[in-house]
Amino acid sequence: MTAQMSLLLACFVAAIWLIALPLGRWLAVIASGCPPLFAGAERTLLSLCGVRGEEQGWRAYAGALLLFNALGIIVLFALLRLQHLLPLNPQGFSALAPDLALNTAVSFVTNTNWQAYGGESTMSHLSQMLGLAVQNFLSAATGIAVAFALMRSFARSGAAGIGNFWVDLLRTTLYLLLPLSLIIALFFVSQGVIQNFSPDLTVKLLEPQLLADGGVRGSQTLAMGPVASQEAIKMLGTNGGGFMNANSAHPFENPSAWTNVAQMLAIFALPAGLCMAFGHLVGDRRQGWALLAAMTLLFVAAVGVIASQEQGGNPHFAALGVDQAAGALQSGGNMEGKEARFGIAASALFAAITTAASCGAVNTMHASLMPLSGGVALLLMQLGEVVFGGVGSGLYGMLMFAVLAVFVAGLMTGRTPEYLGKKITPPEMKRVSIALLVTPLLVLLGTAVAAGSEAGRAGLLNPGAAGFSEMLYAYSSAANNNGSAFAGLSANTPFYNLTLALAMLLGRFAVIVPVLSLAGALAARVRARRDEAGLQSAALPTHGPVFVLLLVLTVVLVGALTYLPSLALGPLVEHLNLSAALRSPQ
Amino acid sequence: MNAFIDLLRPALSVLVLLTALTGGVYPLLVTAIAHAVWPEQAAGSLLRDGDRVVGSALIGQPFSDPGHFWPRPSATANRPYDATASGGSNLGANNPQLLQAVAEREAALRAADPAQREALPVDLVTASASGLDPDISVAAALWQAPRVANARGLPRGEVDLLIEREAGSRWLGFIGEPTVNVLALNRALDRMLAQ
Repeated sequence: MTAQMSLLLACFVAAIWLIALPLGRWLAVIASGCPPLFAGAERTLLSLCGVRGEEQGWRAYAGALLLFNALGIIVLFALLRLQHLLPLNPQGFSALAPDLALNTAVSFVTNTNWQAYGGESTMSHLSQMLGLAVQNFLSAATGIAVAFALMRSFARSGAAGIGNFWVDLLRTTLYLLLPLSLIIALFFVSQGVIQNFSPDLTVKLLEPQLLADGGVRGSQTLAMGPVASQEAIKMLGTNGGGFMNANSAHPFENPSAWTNVAQMLAIFALPAGLCMAFGHLVGDRRQGWALLAAMTLLFVAAVGVIASQEQGGNPHFAALGVDQAAGALQSGGNMEGKEARFGIAASALFAAITTAASCGAVNTMHASLMPLSGGVALLLMQLGEVVFGGVGSGLYGMLMFAVLAVFVAGLMTGRTPEYLGKKITPPEMKRVSIALLVTPLLVLLGTAVAAGSEAGRAGLLNPGAAGFSEMLYAYSSAANNNGSAFAGLSANTPFYNLTLALAMLLGRFAVIVPVLSLAGALAARVRARRDEAGLQSAALPTHGPVFVLLLVLTVVLVGALTYLPSLALGPLVEHLNLSAALRSPQ
Repeated sequence: MNAFIDLLRPALSVLVLLTALTGGVYPLLVTAIAHAVWPEQAAGSLLRDGDRVVGSALIGQPFSDPGHFWPRPSATANRPYDATASGGSNLGANNPQLLQAVAEREAALRAADPAQREALPVDLVTASASGLDPDISVAAALWQAPRVANARGLPRGEVDLLIEREAGSRWLGFIGEPTVNVLALNRALDRMLAQ
């Protein structure tokens, strides 16, 4: 890694840990009750909505969550199907085809933001603002609600309820997501992110453009829209769905190095803050630090690989006499699919962040990453989006691994496994196993079906192993609710729209339901209060370096055992092909 | 059935309430503040010659005249620098199409200035992520300086000075990159010659 990269990474990690402290405190306040300041207004709102706010058991909580999200899909689907009849459509875009509308509705409700469309050439301002951006808020709030429920279940003892979904949803949206988004959006506008409701704007070019077909074009048309407001929650809620097709590479979405820093911080802020909130809630802040430390270790390792691969450049270009060396006048490296203002350092860091968290926004085109970088991006998603992960989903995903790690340690030492004073028994382990096995099943089955079918292979852009990676990436991204793509894949076909929608739906809710069920079981368990003097040695302490290491190994081991063969067929083969092509005489 | 209706009322009301707040009030509030405080930025950082809009400071334009600096290659769908369909090439690092495109771009750049023997800065032969990249590296601008100076009949030193004036750098050595906005550079060049 270059000195620039190391400094950027170090400052970024330090900043995230600092941001996590106050955010964690605030998240813990929201998870525990209504902030006193808002108590009156909240009571009015709740009664207006017919919410009694009673404690719900896990079934009632899950039922409310599923119903709310189902309604969200229906409303968004309808909006996209009817956008040609609705206002704020200055470009006169037509309705989305049914398969694309379904895919998009599922994608945004599940916090995935997989996009089989190009935003500026498909979506009306109304669809973006009242449809997609709304679900950016609500899907983020849903994820955080589930994390709250699970956190409380560890903190409670012999309780029947895990919280109230409606209350969690409202509090998260009103006291957390909206105010933070407002601040971030205004910063973005001040830096040049657009915010308007204008139709596309045609401007005169400084120099007429000579076209490939011999024609001449004197003007350029700029896509417009309310971008900044959507951009803020897109990052903060780890959604990642770009207003424009080029996402955070588009200068109107991410105009400068500083907006780029803000975007990267916004992605990790809540996932890191939730770790701290977990520590607050279970009454031992070291527990939160341990989770954050494990995430940080995995993240830094991933950045190391991506940064060195991208800075190393493309050996094919070197053979052509292209200068890829980093220096005072250029960033050098593999610049295909990257923006000059981000260079290698800010692009590599962003690629790691967006796939580690289940954001999926991109400021660099992942299909053009070096093969091993693409492989690491794939693996970060495949680990289950637990390296910071999505808002809420990152924490509850990591807690599944923590319970698994405690269980494995218990087997090794012959003690009854226990996490935070809660005994981990077969019923709990069954739920954890289901939650951990759903996404690998979806990823590997989905990729196999696509690779084995004419309709799946028809969409590929790149030949050979890189083509296989496009499919593997698509299902890894969808099932783990990431949303980024190896975008060479022509995904807007009924086959991909429907199979990926199914992967997103199950990857989200077939994980949430067992997690909530686990929360129900844990809340009901009596929490053994350890007395500080004597009994602490009875179980593995879950706040020290040994546990952090055990947790990291558990995550890596499960990921490697599940995905190594598929990664070998895609990025690894592509990497070897690249080296082989250079050795053989031209 | 009653239980379901009991559940449906909060579901619908919460959905309507939060949709109105996050999809109506919030974006309109951002728009109102943006237009009051940062009207230029909110409208797209537009550049004007008199009354006529001649581009955005943030969106790259195509250039191919030897007397102008050339921007990054663009892989937008219909034609280069199509700002209604942003995107990259998505070609893999080992894709023969990519290698051919890079070789062709290199040949075109070298043909425009056969005397320039320096290695080509990589950003000048690789397509950007958005296809609308407004910037090139300072190295890429300096590489083109002899050609531009020649075509405009300017001393090389003056062109280099212009690049230096327009160039951005890394803040504290690690945030940002040494880049030049191509449209700004070419406009400054045109202005200099018009005087």
